[in-house]
Amino acid sequence: MPPLPPDEELVRRLRAGDEAAFGLVLDRWSPGMLRLARSFVSTPDSAAECVQDAWLAVLEGLDRFEGRAALRTWVYRILVNTAKRRGVKEGRSVPWSSVRPEDGPTVDPDRFRGPGEPYAGHWRELPAPWPTPEDATLAAEMRSVVAAAVADLPERQRVVLTLRDVQGYAAAEVCSILEISPTYQRVLLHRARASVRGRIEDYHARAVTP
Amino acid sequence: MTDAEPLDCDEFVELVTAYLEDALDPADRQRVLDHLDLCDGCSTYLEQIRATVRAVGDLPEPGGLPDAGRQRLLDAFRRGL
Repeated sequence: MPPLPPDEELVRRLRAGDEAAFGLVLDRWSPGMLRLARSFVSTPDSAAECVQDAWLAVLEGLDRFEGRAALRTWVYRILVNTAKRRGVKEGRSVPWSSVRPEDGPTVDPDRFRGPGEPYAGHWRELPAPWPTPEDATLAAEMRSVVAAAVADLPERQRVVLTLRDVQGYAAAEVCSILEISPTYQRVLLHRARASVRGRIEDYHARAVTP
Repeated sequence: MTDAEPLDCDEFVELVTAYLEDALDPADRQRVLDHLDLCDGCSTYLEQIRATVRAVGDLPEPGGLPDAGRQRLLDAFRRGL
């Protein structure tokens, strides 16, 4: 995909009513926005409505865009707010401010030798290396395991993992979109990755010992 | 964690993201590297976290907006400006 024009040019063209420019950002960003919206709401239809509402809010707010954040960040922030509101209304999510951050170990403490044992804090049994899925059926099965693991994450972890590892956004942009601190962003990413790794590990363990 | 006490595996697994994000101070980063040199289990764990990141990145992209929705937005754009 060719790179989008720089923000300054995009914003100028959008404000001037350049439909091609709008089509460009609409088609470039909507798939990722749909995926992100899906982290907050319960159905694909609801996610599509979120994305449409967000784009309408973007059009209404475009004159107020000051360029302090990147245009994409600003658009995503509007989407996140739209999707959060809808998620709360659907009873699927709770306001982020009302939830305490998760804590506790991300790997089952029983995997490590306990205090008083020799080599306390070290693996009881080393994690088994994973096979590389070679045939297409296994690769597809693996994808569905990963998709289910992501879907089952707590909302905030799912949102951060989606932005970082599915869509490949940098940590700073994710903090800016979600308006969270770098440390909290990292905590959520850490817990999410550890949890998905655990599901992949379980899947491989099942495949070895049916 | 400023002293040079070696890491245990149960500590390593909680530092792995900060390590990958390059968010550790130099002393802790060195403790992680020293631990990886000695511990096959944690090297495997680190590789599996990397594999997890790749697997998540390989999830299929959902399609774009439904055509009707896309058209409504283009119409709104035309009307609004």
